[in-house]
Amino acid sequence: MSELTLMKGNEALAEAAIRAGCKCFFGYPITPQTEISAYLSKRMPKVGGVFLQAESEVAAINMVYGCAGSGIRCMTSSSSPGISLKTEGISYIAGADLPCVIINVQRGGPGLGGIQPSQADYWQVTRALGHGDFHVLVFAPSTVQEMADTVQKAFDLADKYRMPAVILADGLLGQMMEPVAFDEDAEIKMSDASNKPWAATGHKNQRKHNIINSLYLQAEELEEKVRKRFERYEQVKANETMAECYKTEDAEIVVAAYGSTARLAKSAVELARKEGIKAGVFRPITLWPYPVNELNEACKNAKKVLVTEMSMGQMVDDVKLALNCRIPVEFVGRTGGVIPSPAEILNKIKEMGGDK
Amino acid sequence: MTNDILLAGFGGQGILFIGKLLAYMGLYADKHVSWLPSYGPEMRGGTCNCSVCISDDPIGSPLVLDPDILLVMNTPSYDKFIGNVKAGGKCFIDSSLIEEKCDRSDIECFYVPATELANSNGLKGMANVILLGKVIKETGIASQEVIEKAVHKVVPPKKANLIEANLKALKLGMEQ
Amino acid sequence: MPEFKRPHALCNVPLHYCPGCTHGIVHRLVAEVIDEMGIEGDTIGVCPVGCSVMAYDYFNCDMLEASHGRSPAVATGIKRANPDKFVFTYQGDGDLAAIGTAETVHAATRGENITVIFINNTTYGMTGGQMAPTTIPGQITQTTPYGRNINVEGFPVKVCEMLSQLDGVALAERVTVIDPKSIMNAKKAIRKGFEFQKNKQGFSIIEVLSTCPTNWGKTPIEAIQRLKDEMIPYYPLGVFKEGAVR
Repeated sequence: MSELTLMKGNEALAEAAIRAGCKCFFGYPITPQTEISAYLSKRMPKVGGVFLQAESEVAAINMVYGCAGSGIRCMTSSSSPGISLKTEGISYIAGADLPCVIINVQRGGPGLGGIQPSQADYWQVTRALGHGDFHVLVFAPSTVQEMADTVQKAFDLADKYRMPAVILADGLLGQMMEPVAFDEDAEIKMSDASNKPWAATGHKNQRKHNIINSLYLQAEELEEKVRKRFERYEQVKANETMAECYKTEDAEIVVAAYGSTARLAKSAVELARKEGIKAGVFRPITLWPYPVNELNEACKNAKKVLVTEMSMGQMVDDVKLALNCRIPVEFVGRTGGVIPSPAEILNKIKEMGGDK
Repeated sequence: MTNDILLAGFGGQGILFIGKLLAYMGLYADKHVSWLPSYGPEMRGGTCNCSVCISDDPIGSPLVLDPDILLVMNTPSYDKFIGNVKAGGKCFIDSSLIEEKCDRSDIECFYVPATELANSNGLKGMANVILLGKVIKETGIASQEVIEKAVHKVVPPKKANLIEANLKALKLGMEQ
Repeated sequence: MPEFKRPHALCNVPLHYCPGCTHGIVHRLVAEVIDEMGIEGDTIGVCPVGCSVMAYDYFNCDMLEASHGRSPAVATGIKRANPDKFVFTYQGDGDLAAIGTAETVHAATRGENITVIFINNTTYGMTGGQMAPTTIPGQITQTTPYGRNINVEGFPVKVCEMLSQLDGVALAERVTVIDPKSIMNAKKAIRKGFEFQKNKQGFSIIEVLSTCPTNWGKTPIEAIQRLKDEMIPYYPLGVFKEGAVR
C-alpha cells in the first residue's frame, strides 16, 4: 500500500474509480460532489480514460447507458436534485441489464433543498430510483477509505449481476478529508468489453448482432424478463449483504445508522458506554440488499432499537421490516442539512430507558 | 486524547490551508485525523471555517461544534464561536484583526498580532501560518520533525519556494 | 445488370411501418451505405422512441434502444468509449427536435463524430398524429385540430438551419426520398455523413423529409404530393453546412 494521504471523500471516490478500471466518466456540476468531476477531468486524460462534462444530468446518465451498453466500465456522479433527473436513465439501464456505477453525494431536499449534508434520498435509492420493477445495488460507506474501497466492489458486483450500483454518500463524507491509502503497485488498467459477450461493441461479422434494449411489447415477454431479473436479485440478497456490528454483542440498545450518521452513532455509543449503558451500533454497508440477518443477529440481546439518520426517518422502515416489528424501534435525527450531534443521539438513548 | 479544533476567518485568509497543514501534522504524529470545510455558495470574502479532529481513537463526527481549540482571524467568526469553546479550551486570536478581548475565565486566550507580524517580517499573507505556530507551541500538538514533513507535503510542488517561508512563519508563531 | 437484393445490414424481417411510409426506404439507404463501406461489423446504431423504436430489430449491426430524445447522448457515450467504431442515431422529429433538443444541440456543438439520421414527417406518428416540433403552420393534427396556430403553438423548428450555425457540425443536409432522383441524392448525403465520421471530422446530420400517409389521412401518392407542395417550400432541400470541423 502507498503512504497515507489526506483526501476528500469525493477525490477518493474519483481516484478509486480509475483504479477500478472505470474508463469513462460523464457528469454535470452540482454541489457538494463537484470535486469528483474536477479530479477526473485532470486524471482521466493522463490514464487513457475519458472525462466528459455533459450538457445535463439527463445527458450524462444516457452517456453512461451508451458506454455501459458497449461493455465499458463507466460512472456518473451527482447530488440529490441531479439524481432525480437521472432516474429515467437509471430505469433504462436497469431494464437493459447494464452495469455501471452512480454516486450520490446527498444534500438536503426536497426541491432545490440545500447544499448541506443529508440522507433524505434513502427511500428513493432503495425503493424507486426510476419507474418500473427493479433494484439497484446500494453501498453506504462511512469513511473516506471505505469510500475508496467500495468503488471497486461496486464495479465488480455491477458487472457480476449486470445491474447499476449506487454509492450513497453525503456532503459530509464528500467534503471531509481523511487519511486514505491506495495500492501504488497496482497497475491502472482501463476496462474493455472482454467478458461481456452481450455488449454492443460491433459484431466484427463474427456473431449475430447484439441488442441493448428495455422494450418488450408483449406483456408476457416483459413479465418473464422482469421475473428472471428478480431471480438474480434473490442471488444478490443471499450473497452480497454487508454490515458492521460495533459493540452489539451485549447491547440492550442497538443504534442503527449508515454512512456518516454511523460515525456519530459510534461516538454516542461510546458516551453511553461511559455511563454504563449497554449500547452498540449496527451499520448496514449495503442498503439494498438490506442486511436483514446481520441486523437480527446484532439485536439478539436488544430491548430497543434506535434508528438515527439525517432525514425524517426513512431507514426506519427497513429496520422494522427486517426485525418484523419484534423489537420496538424509535428514531432520532435531523434533516434539511443539519448534522445531529452525538449528544442528541445519547440523550435519546437515555430517554429510551438506557439510563440506569 | 481528542483535540477538536475549529479554524475560522474570511475566505482567502488561508484557513483551509492551515487546517490541512494541521491535519497532516496529526497524521504524521500517528493520530487519527479528519478535516472538514464549511462549504457554501460564497467564494472569496465570505466567512470560512474548517474543523480538524486529531485523536488517538477513530473519529466519529468530523464536524466540530464545541472546539477544544479555536483559531480565529476575523471578528464575525470570533463573535460566533468564542462562546462555544469548551471549558478548559484554548483560543488563538489574530489581534491585528480582532479588537475584542474575551471575558471568559474558563478558557485560555492567546492574542497574537499575526497580521502585523507577517507584514513586518516579510511574510505578507502568512498570518494564518504564524497563528498556527502559536497553536503548536501552546498545545504541543506536533514535533519539529512532524512540522517539517507536513509543510513539505502540503505546500504544492509548484510553490516549493514557499516551504521556507512557511517554516519561518511557523517558527515566528512559536516564538510568540 | 446488378440484382436488386436486400442489403446485408438490413435484417431479413418484415418491417412494421405503414404502407407508403418512407422509413423503409431510409432504412434501406442506411443499410446500403453500411454495406458499401464494409463497416457493419464496426457499426453501432442507436434507435429512438417513435415509429422507428424497433429499428434495433431491422439493422444487422449491434444496436441500442435509447430513451426518448436521448439518442445523441447515448451515441456520445458509445463513441467516446469506442472512437474507432461507427455510431449512428436514427431519430424522428419529436425525439430529436422536441424532447431531445438539448442532446441534439450539444452533441452537434461538441462536434461528436457521429451520424444522425433525422426523419422529419411533421407529426408524431407512433402515438397517432399529434403536433410535432416540425408541424407546419396551419397543419391539422390530432392536437392542433384547427391547424397549427402560430399565436398559440408558435413556429416549427428548422433543424438543419439551426444546427448549421454551430461550429461542431460537419454536415447538415436536408434531403427527401420521394422519387428515384431524390432517393439517390439522399443516399449520397448519408454516405457523406458516414465519411465525415470515418475521418473524425465532426457531427453530421441528414434530415430526410418523409411522409406519414396514415396520420396525414392521405394515400401514399397524395402524401408525396403534400410533401412536395407544403413541406419542401417550408423546409427547402439542400446542404446547409458542409466541411470538416477538425
